[in-house]
Amino acid sequence: MEKSPARRRFLKSVTAIGGAASFPVPTLAAEAHAQHGARGSPQTYLFLTQPEVAFVEAAVARLIPADELGPGAKEAGVAYFIDRQLFGGWGTMAKMYRQGPWPEGTPQQGYQSPLTPQQVYRIGIGEVNAHCAKQYGNSFSALTAAQQDEVLRGLDGGKIELEAVRSQFFFNMLLANTLEGFFADPIYGGNRDKAGWKLVGFPGVAAVYTAHVEQHGVPYDAVPVSIQDIVDSVAEVDEHGHPKHILLGRNDRGSSHGD
Amino acid sequence: MATKLKPVDVAIVGVGLTGTIMAKELAESGLKVVGLERGHWRDTDPDFAMPYAHDELRFVGRHELMQDLSRETITFRNNAAETALPMRQLGSFRPGEGVGGAAVHWGGLTWRFLPWDFETRSRTLARYGKGQLAEDCTSQDWGVSYDELERHYDRFEYLYGISGKAGNLKGEIVPGGNPFEGPRSREYPTPPLKSAYAGALFKEAAEKMGYQPFPTPSAAISRAYTNEYGATINACVYCGYCQFFGCEMGAKASPQTAVLPNLMKQKNFELRTHANVARVNLDAAGTRAIGVTYVDSRGREFEQPAEMVLLCSYVLNNVRLMLLSGIGKPYDPAANTGVVGRNYAYQTPSSVTLFFEDRIFNQFMAAGGLGMAIDEFNGDNFDHSGLGFIGGGFFSAASSGARPIEVRPVPRGTPRWGAQWKRAVATYFNRSFPITIQGACQSYRGNYLDLDPTYRDAYGLPLLRMTFDRRANEHKMSLWLTDKAAQIAKAIGPSKMNVTPRTEKYTIVPYQSTHNTGGAIMGADPTTSAVNKYLQSWAVPNVFVVGASAFPQNGGYNPTGTVGALTYWALEAIRKRYLERPGPLAS
Repeated sequence: MEKSPARRRFLKSVTAIGGAASFPVPTLAAEAHAQHGARGSPQTYLFLTQPEVAFVEAAVARLIPADELGPGAKEAGVAYFIDRQLFGGWGTMAKMYRQGPWPEGTPQQGYQSPLTPQQVYRIGIGEVNAHCAKQYGNSFSALTAAQQDEVLRGLDGGKIELEAVRSQFFFNMLLANTLEGFFADPIYGGNRDKAGWKLVGFPGVAAVYTAHVEQHGVPYDAVPVSIQDIVDSVAEVDEHGHPKHILLGRNDRGSSHGD
Repeated sequence: MATKLKPVDVAIVGVGLTGTIMAKELAESGLKVVGLERGHWRDTDPDFAMPYAHDELRFVGRHELMQDLSRETITFRNNAAETALPMRQLGSFRPGEGVGGAAVHWGGLTWRFLPWDFETRSRTLARYGKGQLAEDCTSQDWGVSYDELERHYDRFEYLYGISGKAGNLKGEIVPGGNPFEGPRSREYPTPPLKSAYAGALFKEAAEKMGYQPFPTPSAAISRAYTNEYGATINACVYCGYCQFFGCEMGAKASPQTAVLPNLMKQKNFELRTHANVARVNLDAAGTRAIGVTYVDSRGREFEQPAEMVLLCSYVLNNVRLMLLSGIGKPYDPAANTGVVGRNYAYQTPSSVTLFFEDRIFNQFMAAGGLGMAIDEFNGDNFDHSGLGFIGGGFFSAASSGARPIEVRPVPRGTPRWGAQWKRAVATYFNRSFPITIQGACQSYRGNYLDLDPTYRDAYGLPLLRMTFDRRANEHKMSLWLTDKAAQIAKAIGPSKMNVTPRTEKYTIVPYQSTHNTGGAIMGADPTTSAVNKYLQSWAVPNVFVVGASAFPQNGGYNPTGTVGALTYWALEAIRKRYLERPGPLAS
């Protein structure tokens, strides 16, 4: 990417000056760290194949689209996040009960699939692409946005039936992971540049709010802080390790911290 | 072949909220005590250290501090006609695992039950007659009264440094507190937390409607406090990473902050982690426990002889160990006989979410127990004549932590994804708050716990099977209460509201609350209770079963305050009476 290690070091050193820091600096530094997490471009994948990456990127771009409000899930690195989650313990059901028998059960009984999330994605993507080839003559990622929405709506509600995995089950997992990837700390590879947190106004790693909690109705527009920002000393911390948030839109912008 | 260990006086199964208190007190009195904990050692530093403590995906999404279901889970069905299937991932409730148990990741609301709650059946019959209770309702009196428990509530609150405002001091109503609570002997140990915007608006509207709001009692505390064990709990900084997290500040009362610093110095106490207790061993007659058998992390089996066994694990595991060990007669719902597994109950939570266009709430500034509540619609604080249900719940406008993976309210009718959803979540994440209702749950003949015939844990032992659904009483109550809450919400003036009573079939999937109760209930009658009023097994008197497993039904509050009170109550009976003359404490 355009930010070299030297540039990164520069940004860090500027930020470290503290009082001189103004709002754009931590933002840029944060971007550098998001890239750091992604280890440059093109991205490397641990589980998903390239056609699967194309599917996931296309799907998450419709679930949370880029628009005038800001980046969507694709730009936020959610496909990369999902790949990491599938590769790790969650994707292989490390903390889940995995013994059979495996009847489907009632909706009230929850997750009863013998498939791991890895298998759900592998099978689900394959079958949806097969459906798209039959219906539209192309794989999902090559369809128009309107066609993609049509397919996703078909999965969400079960109108499109898949064979080896229930379509609603696959869709719910994809949507849940997309939301996780958009809003989880950027250390997991998604929420790049804290796009999810900026969208909703969430400050990420919390500061000490004792002095703010009774300021009723007063906006708290902090530059969001990730775990990486603290580990890399991009964000200044107090004696307990809480970041000192930099607040925007105030008269004291740039020099005041969130306590 | 199990390795036989040197005998001890007391074997405690589970080193969480109840186990740590029992262990500290009994070790100090000179008994040799072993605490057996299936999980890891955990402490504020380094396990909940910044900045890693503020990782929502790890702690909420991936259940870092909670039970590992790959080793042991439960099976679930709504009714006995269905086949129970395993809870394969955590959903409706989130039991803990490791030292401190679920009291590491708890939300910290520390309530007392109403005097009425302990006499649910007799007071209902006296006021309304038999017709008020459903025919299959098995809710009953606890065998212990609020007055008997008061001192023990007090001691637990002073151990944990709870922040709150008394509403009834020795019978005198105190403005600003909960006027419906039972009389308390003194004020809370620490003053209430600061007031967040959501709570302030709720308070204003509730007061205008003639209700008497008060701050919810919280174990994330308002200022540093040192308890009788010499442990200091720090002041909360409102970071909002509270429920489901360990507290990096040591500001949420827990075994780690309130008891373990002292307990770990007790010479007569030994903690063994990664010790998974498989059963309590009984003598040939089956009326006396001779110790416990546990499996360690290398698969080795150990037999720990003990004069006394305290089951102090989570509700579900207390009941399972009794069933696996043959302590007490298992409940049979068809014949309506037996006691172990009887009266499993839960909670009936519901909510009203308020959306605004121009008000900012900063709900991420929070503490697990931060909020304003009213208690007008709890227990029997209102006339239930003609309503067709019993019980109620407290209402609160809580600021317990808004983090966007878990808490992303959007107005009903908003699509689940796409541009419209994105706009709504961007608008309302910071412009909404909920009023929640902690609805009670009665017990019924068909709701119970037993051993599953099919599914087994990692050691080959049967899983616990849960058969549960809420009944018409709970659904009617939830509709009625949620409507009352919606009237308060309306007075606050939101642009939109999601009114969500709980009327559907119970499901194991979305999180509701870790407030499972019953299955080893206390009572005055050995034919309808598994333990006597001192939490002592009727069948095997040197076994005590401590926790919310003793609740005959669940009240309209979070259970932990009452669990703490029952612990000290049972402890007093053990120290003052049982140890003097081991044997049944009630007949």
